[in-house]
Amino acid sequence: MHSGRDAITGSDRVRTTRRVWAEEDGPLLVEGPVEFRLADGTSVVSDRFVVAVCTCRRSAAYPWCDTTHRHLQRRQDADSGRTEGS
Amino acid sequence: MPQIPGRQPGPPLPTPRGPLSRAVLHALRTSGMPGGTEAAGEATDPWGEDLQLALYMLYELHYRGFEAVDEELEWSPELLTLRRALEHRYLAALRASVPAADMTQALDGLLDEPARGEPPSLSDHLARHGTLADLREYAAMRSLYHLKEADPHAWVIPRLTGTAKAAMVAVEFDEFGAGRAEDIHARLFADLMEDLGLDSTYGRYLEQAPATMLASVNLMSLFGLHRSLRGALAGHFAHVETTSSPASRRLAAALRRVGAGAAAVRFYAEHVEADAVHEQVVRHQVVGGLLEEEPELAADVAFGIGATALVEDRFAERTLSHWQEGGSALRGPVLPV
Ligand code: FES
Repeated sequence: MHSGRDAITGSDRVRTTRRVWAEEDGPLLVEGPVEFRLADGTSVVSDRFVVAVCTCRRSAAYPWCDTTHRHLQRRQDADSGRTEGS
Repeated sequence: MPQIPGRQPGPPLPTPRGPLSRAVLHALRTSGMPGGTEAAGEATDPWGEDLQLALYMLYELHYRGFEAVDEELEWSPELLTLRRALEHRYLAALRASVPAADMTQALDGLLDEPARGEPPSLSDHLARHGTLADLREYAAMRSLYHLKEADPHAWVIPRLTGTAKAAMVAVEFDEFGAGRAEDIHARLFADLMEDLGLDSTYGRYLEQAPATMLASVNLMSLFGLHRSLRGALAGHFAHVETTSSPASRRLAAALRRVGAGAAAVRFYAEHVEADAVHEQVVRHQVVGGLLEEEPELAADVAFGIGATALVEDRFAERTLSHWQEGGSALRGPVLPV
């Protein structure tokens, strides 16, 4: 993690670089806490150490991942004729 | 032993289920030697009620102990010798039944939910047909683990280094409420139990828990207490965290359907989101980090995953068969309403 003086404002407030990584066909993982702005202008907050942001947009807990993406992945695999272990 | 005021007395000792558990009970009550344990040999079923309860009581000395049992017995050489013999029996039975698997395949296999035509999982059954009575029994049995949720896994921490350690501690921190006592997962489960009209006292349902449930908790204690099984513990944790999120979604739905209260639903709703995160952290950082440092542990991780699947399947199968026959999955009297 990297921190230092804010480059734009020159403020001494320490800013921390957040690590983000993407799970293939799965959520975006972001170091928390996270405030997520929804399309309707409201916000939801998650203060976990890492937050899984849903990218498939099918989660019942949107914007947070609830592992629904696993079904979508399986359906795509089936549609493209991929079978288990091939 | 006199109770020290202000201290939690620990749960009462259970009644024995055969010669082994009777010998352990006698030793715990009298602080004496566990005599009459020849049955620890080939004669006793490693999956049976007697052996699993004996092992459970011996492990419990490392958690909260029992009412009026000397705390020092945790390190009694005689009891540890007996525990070792029982662990060997259990571990041999597991190794004989868990098919050898490739670690990556074992991990990926966890992402697949039962396909059509396969027997439904326990959470599937509860989501579709579970009654309030079924859910109360389920919670009573699971309380043996959930009231000490994540405790068995904490033992692995000093055996890890680097990425695996940092990630393991981060997940455990979440399990233990991220610094807030009211959010400790074991506390959330106690709230769920109270919402369902169950007694949330630690160890309250040990008496009613069948061997298949004891085997599930004993597996975690076995993997957690042995440094040599740290790979299996990591595999166990990966299994739990990967299968928990979808199962929790179904259990939350089941509880809503039977009209359970907010506290009951909260426990599983919290696990849907938390475990979607934990799954990724455990797979990539705990298991991935461990194998980067110690690649030779891959087979142990696969064994841990396979053993957990086996033990959970046995629990689900027995529970479902009792419910489908219209009976109770608990030992002894059904829960009062
Ligand atoms: S990315 Fe996991 S549910 Fe959408």
